[in-house]
Amino acid sequence: MSELAFFIDYSRCIGCRACVQACEECDTHRGQSMIHLETIERRDTVQTAPQMCMHCEDPVCARVCPADAIKQTPEGVTQSSLKPRCIGCANCVMACPFGVPKYEAHIDQMMKCDYCFDRTSVGKKPMCATVCPSQALTFTTREEIERTRRGRPINEWRFGDEVVRTKVFVLVPPATTRVDVGLGALRAGKNGPHIRPVAKDDVAALLEDLP
Amino acid sequence: MAKLPTSVPLLIDRFGPHTHTVPPGGWTSAEVPDRTVKTHCCFCGQQCGIQLKVKDNKVVGFEPWQDFPFNLGKLCPKGVKRYLQGDHPDRLLTPLERVEGEGFRRTDWNTALDRTAEAIRRIQKEHGHDAFAVLTGASLTNEKAYLMGKFARVALRTANIDYNGRLCMVSAAAASKKILGYDRAANPWSDIRKSKCILVAGANIAECAPITTEYLWSAREAGAKIIVLDPRMTPIARTVDLYIPVRSGGDIGIFNGMLHVMIERGWIDRDFIAKHTTGFEEVERTVKKYTPEYASKIAGVPASMIVRAAEMWGPAESSFLLHSRGIEHHTKGVENCMAAINLVVATGRIGREGSGYAMITGQGNGQGAREQGQKCDQLPGHRDIENPEHREHMANVWGVLESSIPRKGLSALELFEAAHARKIRGMVLLSFNPMVSLPDQRFIREAIERLEFFAVIDFFLSETARFADIVFPGSLMEEDEGTTTSAEGRVIHHRQVVDPPGEARQDWKIICDLAARVGPKDKFAFSSPKEIFDELRQASRGGASDYYGITWEKIDEQNGVFWPCPELDHPGTPRLYEGGRFAHPDGKAHFQPVEWRPAAEEPDEEYPITLTSGRVVAHYLSGNQTRRIGALVKQTPQPYCEMHPRLAEKLSVTEGDFVRIESRRGSTTLRALIVKTIRPDHVFVPYHWPLERSVNNCTIRAIDPVSKIPEFKICAVRVAKSAAPEDDHVKLAPEAGGLR
Ligand code: SF4
Ligand code: SF4
Ligand code: SF4
Repeated sequence: MSELAFFIDYSRCIGCRACVQACEECDTHRGQSMIHLETIERRDTVQTAPQMCMHCEDPVCARVCPADAIKQTPEGVTQSSLKPRCIGCANCVMACPFGVPKYEAHIDQMMKCDYCFDRTSVGKKPMCATVCPSQALTFTTREEIERTRRGRPINEWRFGDEVVRTKVFVLVPPATTRVDVGLGALRAGKNGPHIRPVAKDDVAALLEDLP
Repeated sequence: MAKLPTSVPLLIDRFGPHTHTVPPGGWTSAEVPDRTVKTHCCFCGQQCGIQLKVKDNKVVGFEPWQDFPFNLGKLCPKGVKRYLQGDHPDRLLTPLERVEGEGFRRTDWNTALDRTAEAIRRIQKEHGHDAFAVLTGASLTNEKAYLMGKFARVALRTANIDYNGRLCMVSAAAASKKILGYDRAANPWSDIRKSKCILVAGANIAECAPITTEYLWSAREAGAKIIVLDPRMTPIARTVDLYIPVRSGGDIGIFNGMLHVMIERGWIDRDFIAKHTTGFEEVERTVKKYTPEYASKIAGVPASMIVRAAEMWGPAESSFLLHSRGIEHHTKGVENCMAAINLVVATGRIGREGSGYAMITGQGNGQGAREQGQKCDQLPGHRDIENPEHREHMANVWGVLESSIPRKGLSALELFEAAHARKIRGMVLLSFNPMVSLPDQRFIREAIERLEFFAVIDFFLSETARFADIVFPGSLMEEDEGTTTSAEGRVIHHRQVVDPPGEARQDWKIICDLAARVGPKDKFAFSSPKEIFDELRQASRGGASDYYGITWEKIDEQNGVFWPCPELDHPGTPRLYEGGRFAHPDGKAHFQPVEWRPAAEEPDEEYPITLTSGRVVAHYLSGNQTRRIGALVKQTPQPYCEMHPRLAEKLSVTEGDFVRIESRRGSTTLRALIVKTIRPDHVFVPYHWPLERSVNNCTIRAIDPVSKIPEFKICAVRVAKSAAPEDDHVKLAPEAGGLR
């Protein structure tokens, strides 16, 4: 039996925010959304990018936590801070290479995506990936991804000399084997899997410059 | 007397729109729901399957319904948050009557129904049957749509009934019917996945039909080429193979130009054309002059793009055309669609897996609502109201004399013109909000104000209902039961999830109660929507949209049934036109030659910019529902004016400045959103907002001569930087039309 995994394909995202709205409906943190939708630069492009916790194999957020409030489950899910332990120092917020945890001042606690643990631990898909209309977020098997998508799923990131491996995969063009940059380039659509950009994102230039 | 009974701020204070954000029982309630009911989203034409969680007769949340084949659990933000309407503080809970100077006061059902019946009788006695009109929505179930048609023709005996699908699907419907014979998407959506070349014309799929993006993307993964035509680079246009920034109203240039190239290069199926079609010679003659250079002038894009599109579409192994409002909302909407469909038929790529055509229905039951006889020119089963045989069939089903059935009436916009001219004196309106959705708002308001009597059935006090004499509190989708027909042509079952709150009633009961007071009571003695559906099955029997073989049980068993389904043991028809058999009596497709012509109002020196309008993903239609859901309002609180940096520079506008958009009819002042993703000669404004923030203050009342659809997608405006607006309503909350 193959394992279900989380895949993100930025080239599919249509910026609809169904993921953000649905995350808010998840039973463990109802009323609060843990996924962010980044609008890259609306002036230049309609590209958007969902950002969820990547669930690092060795989560730096947990490593830097002085109160040992961030736990990882045996399945590799890094959870939100434990309320009784969290001292609200926001070390995790600064340490996370993906900019994921948020310090929530009104409850004085760090909160983040916990992989819909209440759902995934009983075989359901996470809320965001279930509803995502374009399936930019997908929760499925690796076989299924390889069968139905042309992009390559990778989970190895290089931040300078630092290598980070994550439980969550992103789809990149088949020729790419690892991501050497922060999310910036991916988000901006420069490195997405099947991004076959039109000549230019600028409609005026498109109207004039084509042969 | 249909006038505002008191000031707008006072009405808003009492009836909203207010935003509602917290579900019944609060966010933290982790209680187990009493039940989870499988039903469908109440919004757009995709009609996604969803499960609603119920606690104490209230919808408290949702769970994706992953087995429903169309959306497999996927939902857009509207679907996710729809459940917040149920327990909304703005909900109408009792019948209301207007009180001059004060607003509305609660009344009882009998008084409200009696007063309405009396007004109908008086107006019809003094001015004739047709002086009282019925206007409905395309969000109604099939049962309600059918009932409304019967109510108008049998109870009121008025010719004047029409629906807001008139603002949405009628151009697509007319074109499809003319060429192919049926008014329905030719293929189930599953065929999109298997296509090798997809042409998306005037369809902002990401915002208006979000679930369909996944069908496009999976075709792309399997190697399909995608072409998108739109004056704006929409989210789907961003990553396709060919994006053509066509000027609004220039689509025929692209379609005819493509066909010109395809004929030249031999990329049409002459065999198919000879065997299965008529009228190609004339199309061939017509497109002769549409060389890429000539076509490019019409379309406002480089000729090379048109050639490239033909090179992708022409020789493709399989192909799929998708179109929607972008090419339909024009005074040549029907012609736009016909020119597009010609491209499909000329290649013979239709009626097969992976090859075909679909119009993307916008409103929840936009498909079914236009089949059941609530259009001014139509009887149930897609029958023609002027056809003697069709009239006879309906006379038999209804048990009335054929001669008693009214003839063709006025379409939606024409009805308001007739009200303005005081030919229509009274109106009942159900789930339609013309005070946001119709063009030329000042005129529409004047028309409504001239009505002698106006009754509205709705569950929220819409911007239009504020003008009513009597307001009946109706029901939400989940408080009633019935069927709708999705964009695919799939008839599906909306289950009742909870009861209507307070004294609110199911709409069908309100109509039957009213009919009992003004018409032959025995003809409206329905005891359930299922009974209405059974009569509808008979009514549609033998018609184009034949529902006779569809039962609620079969819908549940099969996860929906595609019409036509003429017999009880028939499985339904997901794909039309298989084997090149078209729905005209001769079995052939009828090509329609199309010449380009200008819009009703093209930009000129005085009004140099093209204004186009459309939707955003967070809101649905006039916003009467979604502008009350906090999370959706937060996502897109108010309208804005999209413009290209070059235009902005010319107008000395910077991001966030206010701009005044002014046409010959009216104006709106909004913040500018400066983006490179729009043509520099166009501005775009989403239309879901009322009052001074309504783009329909500017749009034009011109209609397509065949479909009578208004030209929402193009009119001439001037745009100038403006100080912060100081209109009467600017201090209201954004969802109510303010800018606070
Ligand atoms: S992505 Fe950030 S928050 Fe998530 S596990 Fe890694 S370091 Fe922690
Ligand atoms: S739901 Fe999917 S498509 Fe929509 S914003 Fe989120 S990731 Fe993007
Ligand atoms: S609004 Fe349309 S796309 Fe969104 S969930 Fe409802 S039916 Fe689906």
